[in-house]
Amino acid sequence: MAERIGVYVCHCGSNIAGVVDVVQVAQWAAGRLKHRGVIIARDYKFMCSSLGQELIEQDIKELGLTRVVVAACSPHLHEQTFRNACARAGLNPYLCELVSIREQVSWVHTDKVAATEKAKAVTSGGVERVLWDEPLEPLRVPIHPATLVVGGGIAGIQAALEIADGGHRVYLVEREPSIGGHMAQFDKTFPTLDCAACILTPKMVSVGMHPNITMMTWSEVEKVEGYVGNFTVTVRQKARCVKTDLCTGCGVCEEKCPKKVVDNVFEAGLGYRKAIYTPFAQAVPKYPVIDRENCTYFQKGTCKACEKFCPTGAIDFSQQDELITLQVGNIVLATGFDLFDSRRIPQYGYGRLANVFTSLEFERMCNAAGPTNGNVVLRDGLTAPKTVGIIHCVGSRDKNFNNYCSAICCMQSLKFAHIVKERTGAEVYNFYIDMRTAAKAYDEFDQRVRDEGTHVIRGRAAEVTDAARMPGEEGKLIIQAEDTLIGRQRRIPVDMVLLAAGLEPRRDAKQTAQLFGLSCSADGWFIEKHPKLDPVATMTEGIFIAGCVQGPKDIPNSVVQGAAAAARVQGRIQQKEISLEPVRASINEHRCSGCRICNNLCPFNAILFHDDRMVSEINPALCQGCGTCVAACPAGAISGTVFSNEQILAQIQGLLMLNLNGGRVEELVAA
Amino acid sequence: MNYGYYPGCSLERNAAAYDVSTRAVAAHLGLGLDELEDWNCCGATEYIAINKLAAYALIGRNLALAQKQLHAPGNGRLAADGRAQLVAPCSACFLNLRKADRYLQDDETLRTATNEALAAGGLRYDPGTIFVRHLLDVMVNDVGFEEIKRRVTKPLTGLRVAPYYGCLLVRPRLGGELSNAEYPTELDQLMKALGAEVVDFPLKAHCCGGHMTQISAEVAYELLRRLLQNAADYKADVIVTLCPMCQLNLDAYQSRVNQHFGAGFNLPILYFTQMMGLAFGLDEKALGFGKEIVSAAAALAKIGEPPKAGAPARRRKDDKALPMPGAKP
Amino acid sequence: MTEQFEPVIIGFTCNWCSYRAADLAGTARIKYPPNIRLIRLMCSGRLDPTFVLQALASGADGVMITGCHPGECHYLEQNYKAMRRFLLLRRMLTQMGIEPQRVKLVWASAAEGARLAQEITAMVEEVRALGPLNWGKVEVPAFSPHPSSLKEEVPA
Repeated sequence: MAERIGVYVCHCGSNIAGVVDVVQVAQWAAGRLKHRGVIIARDYKFMCSSLGQELIEQDIKELGLTRVVVAACSPHLHEQTFRNACARAGLNPYLCELVSIREQVSWVHTDKVAATEKAKAVTSGGVERVLWDEPLEPLRVPIHPATLVVGGGIAGIQAALEIADGGHRVYLVEREPSIGGHMAQFDKTFPTLDCAACILTPKMVSVGMHPNITMMTWSEVEKVEGYVGNFTVTVRQKARCVKTDLCTGCGVCEEKCPKKVVDNVFEAGLGYRKAIYTPFAQAVPKYPVIDRENCTYFQKGTCKACEKFCPTGAIDFSQQDELITLQVGNIVLATGFDLFDSRRIPQYGYGRLANVFTSLEFERMCNAAGPTNGNVVLRDGLTAPKTVGIIHCVGSRDKNFNNYCSAICCMQSLKFAHIVKERTGAEVYNFYIDMRTAAKAYDEFDQRVRDEGTHVIRGRAAEVTDAARMPGEEGKLIIQAEDTLIGRQRRIPVDMVLLAAGLEPRRDAKQTAQLFGLSCSADGWFIEKHPKLDPVATMTEGIFIAGCVQGPKDIPNSVVQGAAAAARVQGRIQQKEISLEPVRASINEHRCSGCRICNNLCPFNAILFHDDRMVSEINPALCQGCGTCVAACPAGAISGTVFSNEQILAQIQGLLMLNLNGGRVEELVAA
Repeated sequence: MNYGYYPGCSLERNAAAYDVSTRAVAAHLGLGLDELEDWNCCGATEYIAINKLAAYALIGRNLALAQKQLHAPGNGRLAADGRAQLVAPCSACFLNLRKADRYLQDDETLRTATNEALAAGGLRYDPGTIFVRHLLDVMVNDVGFEEIKRRVTKPLTGLRVAPYYGCLLVRPRLGGELSNAEYPTELDQLMKALGAEVVDFPLKAHCCGGHMTQISAEVAYELLRRLLQNAADYKADVIVTLCPMCQLNLDAYQSRVNQHFGAGFNLPILYFTQMMGLAFGLDEKALGFGKEIVSAAAALAKIGEPPKAGAPARRRKDDKALPMPGAKP
Repeated sequence: MTEQFEPVIIGFTCNWCSYRAADLAGTARIKYPPNIRLIRLMCSGRLDPTFVLQALASGADGVMITGCHPGECHYLEQNYKAMRRFLLLRRMLTQMGIEPQRVKLVWASAAEGARLAQEITAMVEEVRALGPLNWGKVEVPAFSPHPSSLKEEVPA
């Protein structure tokens, strides 16, 4: 029985039709590919509209189409749309091919004749391929109801709480001894200036007490196996050296520990902690950890002060790292950001000039629980500054470092200006490139800070120097910048400089991406499935991203993403199973020679060899459909659904127009 | 390692001290410097603005000579990448040669025209065959701090040095310069390796005024004053340079600056190669000392004095000072 | 003026990286010459060398194979297998008298739309300079018969 193919060429408004002569493509397919089974070819303004879809459904029903080719946008956008249309009309959805003449033709080419010719070739490739398509059923995979959330910052906390409140088990893994993330380090939050701890700690406590949340701090994910619905995750629970069942969190150990270290994580290097520590007073969980690299006992073999003074005998130096295996159906990654290292811009003097501070250092400084008890002081720890300069965009919007805008620094810098003024009455100068305060109540905050008397200078600071040039500059830090609004170079002598350092992907983001099988953008942020329509899903089914791991963002947006990822996960759990593309390989036992070449090619160990029958077999539950074994089998015994040899070879011939009625040679002569 | 050597005009006259000390130190370190035969002026900083083709022909002639001389078969001066290395101690010469090599590579029209001009003298230059390097780059990256430290017999202890890079060596970024255009540290590290006390000189990569002394003296004096003032504020004993132009301006115009501003600067301006020779224990006369206008004798007499900055005071219990970034407790 | 030779290049893309890079090039309206026609595979590991030979035999002047960067394979490590096959295939093609520049392996992550476009542009120019391959010149091979007449007979 000959196949009856319908070809549908989409205008996509002028997106395709502006470059490709879609009418010509449709007419060409109807005429020249008629002998290949094309019985109807239509062009339509928007194939994805309900009217466009109905057109296909109607043709299937009335003309008895057995195959459908849609030449429109990328299959990653609308493959499902057209498959659903076919299914509604009673055609197996896998007998529909969507070929891209938008992303891969009209949007990337300018020569209209050449683009139209390419569109014909692409359509022809689709027609040849669809002939070999087989009717298939989607694979159904059950979803394990537990979820792993990686990262206990505000985005991860939000995601964990929402999923747990929905009645499902959540494992929350955090690398540091306490959850809280960067938000726990802040003093005030813009634009409302409410205290970060006051709004965050209740949430942290809820996480700690939630019956559905298993919190695993001082832990890191080491291995991820399996796929959506059924991941097996190995978590390394680092040795705390504190028995959590005995510890009451009284803090005596921390008090008695003789070893003081600069705290480069929570205190951003501005304060000290002990070798046994909880990062901050409201830490959740309250149990301390021993930092082995700095602990006198672990380094020198003697001390044990903490053990001696612990009233409950909770210290256990012999504790070892533990590997814990978890079964989860979905994963939310909320691993956050690292601060740009301001030392990379030496002309700003950070690390060299004592009174240059980073934004995170200043957050700790103005935090009442921080190293200076909230006093805004110079590096000597005593003197209040009389003038403060705040430099925006440090390491952001700069081709030498990061091209992107870090999104939070303008508001953060304005917040700093307000805090400095409030606490010290100092003169404040903000140096900005553009003031980016685009969110609810943000611009009003900018106005408020300006009304308070903060000087705002539009110009990127060229340098911070202690080289006095003019009277009045001696002993000061001088910020040199071009004030682009008055067109002049200005030198502002100040006592203290704050660098609004940008946000960067975690230093180990690349390893994390590899661990979870995700990809990073050129900047190193994790890539979402769709930048607008699917910002928290990823290309890997079952793994979602939330917060700054996806790109720089402020607290409200991180919370939104945490909640959004939770909603997606809960939807999955509610459905109990997920449909997957039936892309799988299988072995024709009659053709298999038992050479075992394929056996070692499968990274998922899906191919097993039957010694008795001397043939290999693929376990469809383990196969992920990459097709490497299909390509490798010397006997051609392995076939892969959706991407079979026949389909691909036919598509090649179609793309090269070998299928033309009358032959390609004639076509070439005619052209 | 052998290098082609392009001294440039300054090193024959006002910067003779740079030339002799370079040769002495190179010989001591076993660096072969093979002077280009029949080299000519690089055109300095202005000529490109006056007549582009003539300027490129002038620079190109030196590159062509270098190609002819250094790529001659069997002279063993080719680096692993097949390029010959040409060292220029003068920052202006270095920049001109490096820039010309790059622009001739990028601009086909310019390359053809330049080679047509060179053909009149029976020469031709193929861009990319010569790797132009500054002397500091060679000392720091080829010889290396370890080797330099090993050679020091008379450390410059007690001498406070302001390392001054000027602007031509660090910009524009054409590839292969110092690590940072805004705040380079190679010369700082080199001076430290020689045992000197290095001042964190904030104006290290600022301009000395160049030929402004001839065009608009007041502008030049102000630029020079800033540098001298800053070095003096940091209590430097000497300013160490790597550029004949910077040395000339700071040295020869120091008295004018003093006159103009009623200041009393008395800062000797020396070449880094002189400091290296001194620390290596080479004969002072062979290093060109005494040619400077502001005498270095008094400053050099300080060598060997105990360092002025004592050991940092131990942190007291009640000290409220906050740790510096990257500080160890 | 003589007409410029327009090569036809078949490009194999990985569903997870380079196909998305091509999509991204489109979304960002980055331009490249229309001489390339792309085929989507699930993974560069799916690439059977036969596909390349078939493409060249059927009239393509060049083949571009694209996949995820080493270490970033969606299927852990299959792009390494693609690379091994590619190296062998290229050696074989050289022995058959085909210029090695006609078959190229390019790594492109989903974020590298601009890079992919750049690679395509470069390859088109390279193959244009080489001229037509004319492998299938002698005769246009008969097109494969309709699948319905070709269902494989499986012995019972």
